[in-house]
Amino acid sequence: MYSEKVIDHFSNPRNVGEIENPSGVGTVGNAKCGDIMRMYLDIDDNGIIQEAKFKTFGCGAAVATSSMATELVKGKTVEEALKVTNKAVMEALDGLPPVKVHCSLLAEEAIHAALWDYAEKHDLKIEGLQKPVNDISEHEEDIAEEY
Amino acid sequence: MSKLIYLDNAATTAVSKEVVDAMLPYFTEYYGNPSAIYSFANESGKAVASARETLAGIIGAKPEEIYFTGGGSESDNWAIKATAEAYASKGKHIITTKIEHHAVLHTCEYLEKKGYEVTYLDVDENGLINPNELEKAIREDTILISIMAANNEIGTIEPIEEIGKIAKSHGVLFHTDAVQAFGHIKIDVDKMNIDMLSASGHKINGPKGIGLMYIRKGVKIRSFIHGGAQERQRRAGTHNVPGIVGFGVAAKLALENMEARIKYETELRDYLIKRVMEEIPYTRLNGDKEKRLPNNANFCFRFIEGESLLILLDQNGICGSSGSACTSGSLDPSHVLLAIGLPHEIAHGSLRLTLSDQIKKEDIDFTVDRLKEIIERLRSMSPLYEDFIKKQK
Repeated sequence: MYSEKVIDHFSNPRNVGEIENPSGVGTVGNAKCGDIMRMYLDIDDNGIIQEAKFKTFGCGAAVATSSMATELVKGKTVEEALKVTNKAVMEALDGLPPVKVHCSLLAEEAIHAALWDYAEKHDLKIEGLQKPVNDISEHEEDIAEEY
Repeated sequence: MSKLIYLDNAATTAVSKEVVDAMLPYFTEYYGNPSAIYSFANESGKAVASARETLAGIIGAKPEEIYFTGGGSESDNWAIKATAEAYASKGKHIITTKIEHHAVLHTCEYLEKKGYEVTYLDVDENGLINPNELEKAIREDTILISIMAANNEIGTIEPIEEIGKIAKSHGVLFHTDAVQAFGHIKIDVDKMNIDMLSASGHKINGPKGIGLMYIRKGVKIRSFIHGGAQERQRRAGTHNVPGIVGFGVAAKLALENMEARIKYETELRDYLIKRVMEEIPYTRLNGDKEKRLPNNANFCFRFIEGESLLILLDQNGICGSSGSACTSGSLDPSHVLLAIGLPHEIAHGSLRLTLSDQIKKEDIDFTVDRLKEIIERLRSMSPLYEDFIKKQK
């Protein structure tokens, strides 16, 4: 059901991990639906993304889209990164099954959430960037109390 | 990839060689239609009769109470829809449970749209129904109780005998979906007061596309498939002779080997459960520890998602299944895992492994070893695990 590229990015995900003191970090999705993505960005003084890392809880497509999204934003300016759409992520992966399109949307949102955090921390306004709505913080409590 | 370790026997099983050998002549040699008059068709007719007898024997029924169908889903649909129709003048209330197979659940939902009322009984944290709640749910207009013999996901075996007793004392028909239980554990339709029972060939090393429904003599039920006079005019359609023969032989073998198989699979299952629970932290066993199908193990691993787990197991040649949303094709994880009270995020990390008598201890060891590595790897990339560990510190 998955393309070879999806399987490759799932089996050998690029840029898994955390960045210490990131320029921006964003988490989207929720555990209830089975997908959470967290993206870390390291952005230099010229506004260029030097490093991107991710952690994802989710299916094969969720991991693959996170991996591809980090690859696509690396080396780009903030403005260019903002233009990395879910469609671009999907195309780079040679497509996704229809039921998995939401994973690519989540990847796009994760980029936006990390950029939003970066903008807030540095008191910047990024043209065209809106506050991400899909945040997991409200769900953290019920996850923590289990077991 | 080395060898294949097939641990999805609740989904379907390999057809055993004896079964295939018994079926083959009925494709090319004895292909006659058992409903025909000429003597050439006698052999097919005899084969169908003999299979019917074997299958009846397995559950203590009479041969004329066994009706061949296209499979378990058809049997479930038939039992519920046709009973509902035949007994509509008596009432329009049906009792079932929240953990039934979709063949029962979606059929009940369909009937709700047609004006029937359905009570979906809750189950406890192990997936067992409470017989007292069943008794309380019975009303004047209750016409059918449909409760599965054993659950396909978590393997819990329901108190069928007690349910049958309650149904009988209230004069309500009792149907059981025994697709997972038939041929795997002992079932006696008289002792358990079962009026209707669904079973399927491919869950007991028989062929796919053949099932049966047991209908107790005297139960008023409409035809579901109309047409020819086959199956005492209750289920039309030319007999699937090779399928019926294969089902019969598979059932005969299942019965002969039942005791040894239960012992073998139970030991292996408990070994699997013990290793997983001891060696993988933040893991939950789903389903009842004791009242459980011999070949079923079902776990939830916290902080990870089931589909990822299945793909990585597959890359190691291991076939399993999961109740995560991604594998169910909807946004919600398995209705069974939700019914036993698991929160969504835990239910997403479920894994079902169902054994067969072909599985060896070393296969289980290989599986658990890979499972440990895979879960560690998925947790290392899970933001939920990251948060959890940070909170622990």
